[in-house]
Amino acid sequence: MAITIEEIEKLASLSRIELTEAEKGEMQGEFDAILGYVASVNKVAEGHSSDAQSSTSTLNILREDDTAHESGIHTETLLSSAPKREGQYVKVKKILGS
Amino acid sequence: MIDLGTLTIRKAHEAMKRGDFSAVELAEAYLKNIEARNVELNAYLEVFDDVREQAQEADARFKEGTATVLTGIPIALKDNILVKGRRVSAASKILEGYVATYDSTVARKLKEAGVVLLGRANMDEFAMGSSTENSAFGPSKNPFDTSRVPGGSSGGVTVAIASDMALAGIGTDTGGSVRQPAAFCGLVGLKNTYGSISRSGLIAMGSSLDIAGPIAKTIEDVEILFEVLRGTDILDSTSIEIKIRNSKFEIRNLKIGVPENFLTMKGIDPDVLENFTASIEKLRAQGCTIQNITLPTIPHSLAVYYIIMPAEVSTNLSRFDGVKFGLHKEGERLLDDYVLTRTEGFGKEVRRRLLLGAYVLSSGYHDAYYGKAVRVRTHIEQELDSVFKTVDVIATPTTPTPAFKIGEKAQDPLAMYLADIFTVPANIAGVPAVSLPSGQVKREGKSLPLGLHLMAAHGNDRILFECGRLFEGSVQVRLHAK
Repeated sequence: MAITIEEIEKLASLSRIELTEAEKGEMQGEFDAILGYVASVNKVAEGHSSDAQSSTSTLNILREDDTAHESGIHTETLLSSAPKREGQYVKVKKILGS
Repeated sequence: MIDLGTLTIRKAHEAMKRGDFSAVELAEAYLKNIEARNVELNAYLEVFDDVREQAQEADARFKEGTATVLTGIPIALKDNILVKGRRVSAASKILEGYVATYDSTVARKLKEAGVVLLGRANMDEFAMGSSTENSAFGPSKNPFDTSRVPGGSSGGVTVAIASDMALAGIGTDTGGSVRQPAAFCGLVGLKNTYGSISRSGLIAMGSSLDIAGPIAKTIEDVEILFEVLRGTDILDSTSIEIKIRNSKFEIRNLKIGVPENFLTMKGIDPDVLENFTASIEKLRAQGCTIQNITLPTIPHSLAVYYIIMPAEVSTNLSRFDGVKFGLHKEGERLLDDYVLTRTEGFGKEVRRRLLLGAYVLSSGYHDAYYGKAVRVRTHIEQELDSVFKTVDVIATPTTPTPAFKIGEKAQDPLAMYLADIFTVPANIAGVPAVSLPSGQVKREGKSLPLGLHLMAAHGNDRILFECGRLFEGSVQVRLHAK
């Protein structure tokens, strides 16, 4: 079940990264080794029910939906981290009509 | 002269309380070592410029009588733990110039206790790796043999402590990143129960696996740090309280399980097995009962890990897009901005795991990989649950080999992944585990440390401290890097 270069390209595009031709080839070889190794879960999973519940996981811990802090007190701190901003907004390129 | 080599948190605290030396003098001793050794060992990515001021505040607390056991203790923080107003990068170029906008709960608690934060320690980029070779800022070097890796991903922290550039430190552990470098550097490293220390303000890797854990020279130091950092936190909905220790429990009655089937796998160094057998004999001599156990599913933990972890990585790292913080590369369209920023910002191992994550979550493969892995994960938890009804702890070596050479596994990701074979099960099941220094092996004339790995039932972290003290008492001298 070898992975193809086209599949590697598709995964890169889904991950929003670009790979060089050399990297694609390398990644293809490494994927075969890694996917071959992890495929052992298929065998182990046989005979184990799919609806078994973990005994230790914490479920649905919620807090009251109230006002956590005064509106706007963190705005400047957070906006000052953004590479591009305009006034009180994070600035991005237009995405409609392109 | 302060003897940093034998100093512990407890000893330093007593000495500062008596006035043998001040927090400023202690901090200066560490800064002097950092000055002398960090260029070669690359433990720190940044040494903070206000270390003396922090130490002065600690001295003031000793005068006022408000000092805690951690006041004035010089600490190294892994570079994925946020401290408000300070830079943090996860050793990645994609967080270039980023300054933390809030304190992680770990940093807040350390500050409240009055520690002296020395600096940001090197790591594998986004904590992905077992050697620190994946840092965008160059590898750290093992102080016991500088041609070898210190382990990872929290390698910068362990190098700092082992070479007297910090007294203790905090790392993070997703598959072994506290315990494996602790073993390679002759230190104690704790992977506590999932949720026992808040993850708020840690840069996330695999959210169902990540923990922040203390690293130090002794089990007592690790315990001191753990007790200060642990507890529920409104900012982390997975945070929990751990069990109270059963006061009727007698450590001499400890039952230790040894999983023979896990120890006969290929790739385990004979010297490591010999050291492990000797460690088990030491525990037996202390009165512990040693029991052979079978864990048929546990050896599959690493396969489960390399499905679940990349899936969570690919999700967590989608927030790095050049819009909200960090690196930004300008393209023609918004999509080009994303692609250019992420292509330039992420290193090779991060890319590999992003693609793996996208693969195991993609339609058509989701059921075959992610679905199955989650199912086996539950089975592993149940297998451990039932074994912990008959034994108190499970013992293995921490690593299959001593520290390997820099570059040795760089071209073979699967070989690198196998370095975590013994540590990963604790993350998969969310249970606590500790690596304890267990002696050394000779390689090319150099002494390299090894570790004993003990794993306990969910929430039973404190039994590991008892057990660690028992074991520490039976090992003569901790190996110290010069």
